[in-house]
Amino acid sequence: MTNHKEPTDNEILDAIDNQPKISKITVLSSLLAISNKFHYIPKNAVEIVAKYTDKTINDVWGVASFYTNFRFTPPGDITLDICWGPTCHILGSQKILKDVHSFLGIEKEGETKDGKITLRYSTCLGACSQGPVFAIDHKLFGNASIGKIKEKISDI
Amino acid sequence: MEFNEIRNIAINEWDSLNSDDNTWIRVGYGASGQASGAQEIFDIFNKRSLSMKNVTTTLVGSMGLSYAEPLIDIKDSSGIRIFYNNVNPSIAEEIFNSHIKNNTPLLKYIFGQIVPKGKNPVQGIIELDKSEPLKFTKQIATKNFGNISPTKINHYVANGGYEALNRALDELDPDKTLNQVKDSGLRGRGGAAFSTGIKWSFLAGNNSNVKYILCNCEEGDPGAFNDKGILENDPHMLLEGLILAGYATGASNGHIFIRDGHEIPIENSRKAIDQAYELNLLGENILGTGFNYDVEVSLTGDSYVAGEETALMEAIEGKRSMPRFKPPFPAVYGLWGKPSNINNVKTLSYVPYIIKEGNEEYKKVGSESSSGTAIVCLSGHIKRPGMYEIEMGMTINDLLKNIGGGSSTENEIKLLQTGGPLGGVLGKEDFDVKIDFDEMSKAGAILGSGGIIVADTTTDVVDLIRTLVAFNQFESCGKCFPCRLGNTHMLDILNRICNSKPNENDMDVIKKIGNSMKTGSLCGHGQLGYSPIASAIKYFKEEFDLALSANHPVDSDIEEMILPTRTRP
Repeated sequence: MTNHKEPTDNEILDAIDNQPKISKITVLSSLLAISNKFHYIPKNAVEIVAKYTDKTINDVWGVASFYTNFRFTPPGDITLDICWGPTCHILGSQKILKDVHSFLGIEKEGETKDGKITLRYSTCLGACSQGPVFAIDHKLFGNASIGKIKEKISDI
Repeated sequence: MEFNEIRNIAINEWDSLNSDDNTWIRVGYGASGQASGAQEIFDIFNKRSLSMKNVTTTLVGSMGLSYAEPLIDIKDSSGIRIFYNNVNPSIAEEIFNSHIKNNTPLLKYIFGQIVPKGKNPVQGIIELDKSEPLKFTKQIATKNFGNISPTKINHYVANGGYEALNRALDELDPDKTLNQVKDSGLRGRGGAAFSTGIKWSFLAGNNSNVKYILCNCEEGDPGAFNDKGILENDPHMLLEGLILAGYATGASNGHIFIRDGHEIPIENSRKAIDQAYELNLLGENILGTGFNYDVEVSLTGDSYVAGEETALMEAIEGKRSMPRFKPPFPAVYGLWGKPSNINNVKTLSYVPYIIKEGNEEYKKVGSESSSGTAIVCLSGHIKRPGMYEIEMGMTINDLLKNIGGGSSTENEIKLLQTGGPLGGVLGKEDFDVKIDFDEMSKAGAILGSGGIIVADTTTDVVDLIRTLVAFNQFESCGKCFPCRLGNTHMLDILNRICNSKPNENDMDVIKKIGNSMKTGSLCGHGQLGYSPIASAIKYFKEEFDLALSANHPVDSDIEEMILPTRTRP
């Protein structure tokens, strides 16, 4: 992320405290709250969550490394998800992925060189009937083509 | 507040929206609507109608007709609902100027009409509910889709909502409620098709004072979007079913379990729960009957296996979503060590109808062994992709023709991929099979969660199977090594075959791996890993043989399949 500043311990505690109402705060619910606020899990967060939930640092790392939506470095300003699930695959998502690679100048998932865009492959975005599907910052678009992806990114 | 009072307030609000001096513009939304651009269309109508008196614009659920979205529904002073399909921003402006401002419907863009009882249809416009594909559907759990706003409890109540709960609390005791569900023949819609009533009775028989009903909306199956669909379009239908399940089994708490990031279903569920608390349909002493019940939303991170019932409980407890050993079964030792029952969203969404109309009414719908309806999701090479509720017993051929409208390309349909990535493929020779739990499993396919991916004759079966195995490999939680290593090994082999570098005995090796996975894995993810391959070989052996002779047709555009690089350590 451009102009990135690491969140302070207090900001992380705030994110845990202000998570949506739940009867028992857990390691996973806290990590999700942190990830939703900062879009990644900052280094200091693991220890804070461990203390807060009375678990070990290993427990927290175990959970954080398991769920594939968690990341440990800040993402780009824009996150682009492209679905490669079976429906989108049949409708040509491999070709789209390839075109997106050359458009962004990268060879796999991750950030562009300028750090502005993060590309992720998604297993299913849940709008198969509009496939192939892509999402920009969680907002869904159907009928994907490289042209449409370029257009929607330039709209931001 | 008495239930009658709640209902009267709701009906008043609904009647004023539908009165002849109000023009009501409804824009279908949900994930599919969002992907089609419905939000922008809503914004246009909403902004322009702000300055006008007696015009209301509302985002409502999707009717399931994804191919027609963005779909706009305008009820003007005539009382008739006029629909416009595939509306783009400039058409939206045109429609507004003509239909709303000058009271002249724009015939050239009209999709159809729905005529309420007692009104006469407009000549020359098709009646949507009396023509394909809707006339072939049977709406029970999806009856409110497209009609009501998913974020307004009054819309739900005005259309008969929470009457089942009121009836159960008033007239039926928990045992009778449970027996209604048992006698209705309702079977779980999550894939296993087990009797819901019998499952509930395991929990009801446990005397613990803390018991959980867990509603599974993890729905990671690519191609299935009906669970999220229910929460996107009518969350109160599920919530009422979840409360009834709690009443019937004597449970104390309910959880709606969703994957983080699916914002519309999460937001809708939270709103629905808050509204139900406000009207005392949840909480302490519900409607003054002494029944206490709490419901909350629980989120998981990205993990397909979290949809397995014991892994789901691990996720709610905040741990890695890996399956537990069984026994002890959830009804004995479940979430936080307390007795628990897990139901799919669709299963619970049928319960209000069963309690309100009676189990006999529900049984009249569907086939002998599978009562009720199936909510199917059509996607892929099909003319009318979308979400449809159909009576059990319809054949695949009828579904593809009457509902789906046939292939969307110039090529014929070759196969269906059903039951998710652990399901199977269904070849053309079995398209006369009935959609019914038992009939489909006899044919070697499973209905599973209702996702049906349609593929035309240009589809390469070996490559499609590789995609499914790639998905399973990526999503293996890693707890059981036959699943973790087996999927990886199978994917390696399939990659080699697809790149025309096969070994002669590759398919035998894959079969052996599949067998080890079946015997050596704790949950379905490993146990069923070989099933899609087995079913594909059954129908398309010659394609595998061709690939094994190093002649797999290679798509020159794509040398290596692009697969996720993030893996579980």
